[in-house]
Amino acid sequence: MRIYADNAATTGMSVAAMEAMMPYLCQYYGNPSSLYAAGQKAREAVETARENIARCIGSAPREIIFTSGGSESDNQAILSAADVGKAAGKRHIVSDNIEHHAVLHTLEKLKKEGFEVTLVPVRENGIVSVKDIEAALRDDTCLVTVMYANNEIGTIQPVREIGDICRMRGIIFHTDAVQAVGHIPVNVNVDNIDMMSASAHKFHGPKGVGFLYAKKGLRLSNLIEGGAQEFGRRAGTENVAGIVAMSVALEEAVRRMCENTEKLLPLRDRLIEGLSKISHSALNGDRNIRLPANVNFCFEGIEGESLLLLLDDKGICASSGSACTSGSLDPSHVLLAIGRVHDVAHGSLRLTLGEDADAEQVDYIVKSVKEVVERLRCFSPVWRDLVSGKAKFIL
Amino acid sequence: MALYSEKVMDHFRNPRNVGVIENADGVGEVGNAKCGDIMKIYLKIDEDIITDVKFETFGCGSAIASSSMATELIKGKPLNEAKELTNKAVAEALDGLPDYKMHCSVLAEQAIIGAIEDYYGKHLEKRKEN
Ligand SMILES: Cc1ncc(COP(=O)(O)O)c(C=O)c1O
Ligand SMILES: [Zn+2]
Repeated sequence: MRIYADNAATTGMSVAAMEAMMPYLCQYYGNPSSLYAAGQKAREAVETARENIARCIGSAPREIIFTSGGSESDNQAILSAADVGKAAGKRHIVSDNIEHHAVLHTLEKLKKEGFEVTLVPVRENGIVSVKDIEAALRDDTCLVTVMYANNEIGTIQPVREIGDICRMRGIIFHTDAVQAVGHIPVNVNVDNIDMMSASAHKFHGPKGVGFLYAKKGLRLSNLIEGGAQEFGRRAGTENVAGIVAMSVALEEAVRRMCENTEKLLPLRDRLIEGLSKISHSALNGDRNIRLPANVNFCFEGIEGESLLLLLDDKGICASSGSACTSGSLDPSHVLLAIGRVHDVAHGSLRLTLGEDADAEQVDYIVKSVKEVVERLRCFSPVWRDLVSGKAKFIL
Repeated sequence: MALYSEKVMDHFRNPRNVGVIENADGVGEVGNAKCGDIMKIYLKIDEDIITDVKFETFGCGSAIASSSMATELIKGKPLNEAKELTNKAVAEALDGLPDYKMHCSVLAEQAIIGAIEDYYGKHLEKRKEN
């Protein structure tokens, strides 16, 4: 059996999206900035995509600019808000400690430029408290950036409530919605969002294309200077085929959202229940307020990379927050943020199901993870110390 | 291209010399849970020859394969030879490791040295007692 259970890392492309993009690669390959018909055909496609995407998130087309993906959108949103803040003498930013590195590293950069950044710690369930965010706000706060849903543990943040508070206080609110868009309902009006990042490859679109929503009147600073594309806010000839595919993929994802969620929720819960039966394991992130396809566990006494390699041998693609999989010495900052100690955080496993998953696959995953965890524990000195009582179990 | 060589995957999937030696003559443990790799090596020593060796490892593919290969390389060898085993030699015997994984193979070298030192320590004590 081959099971791709790493849909939070990236997704396979939707057939409809792929078919939609093909003509713009070989047939209508004109530059959207050119005035002849072939160029205008491409222009039309880009603008139609903008309208479709805008409709999917409840914005106006003019409020969408196309980018190379989630990272670029995060960078541009945060740096733009910082510029707005700087002009008003406000140099304080509020965020949380489980953001994606595209956000965290951009905030680090701003710190070096004299900004103060408050990273509000999330609670043990991986959700930031609205009260904690509110308490961190100051008169010189120019931006609050809190992700819609976390990419590792899938927890959904109280974006609407945070947005509401920011709106009342006149503070720009950005959300990295890369994991949410196309998976759970997102509406920039209902959710009080001023800026929002999204990435096509997380909802069955192509890699290397995404968008940034910025509310009308909000001044964006350019990351890329050059031509006047994207209302002068993002230079470079448009990725026409990618943009077309992204809009088709998003429309499809939104259209099927209810159906997909209804299918995924019981599968996710079956997976959680199955894995919970493995001794000395624990679910990471809130049991209920999480993405419909996300399961993330820690298993005591084993290390994540070896777990992934053995699962790969069984045909299962998954991911882990262990240090050895990230190439750094520390395990995932998200797992540390929810209070997992290093020893335990190294033994993490993230499974993110695809819409094509079924109960048989889930049962196969549970059986395989059980076998692999047992096998690795067999020769783990950490496990031996735990079982012999030399060390205390944490989970 | 795969992350690891076939050799690494072979030693990872079928690690040699896994387990524990009860009443081992020398035991070495290195690494810590913080960095994510822990290795424990047990030696049985007879007249300065390593007659048996076993290991336990908590760690990534590279750490497990390095432990397995290192134990193969020192089994049956005199202590002075085993002491000279370098992580480079372990990595070479595995047909190479990715650069950022070299630190995982250092642990095998250190665990062996630790086990040999443990043996010398115990040995010395015994001789003093005699
Ligand atoms: C929450 C989150 N933000 C940002 C990104 C970056 O997106 P991209 O790969 O499109 O740059 C990702 C994807 O890895 C993500 O999960
Ligand atoms: Zn390692």
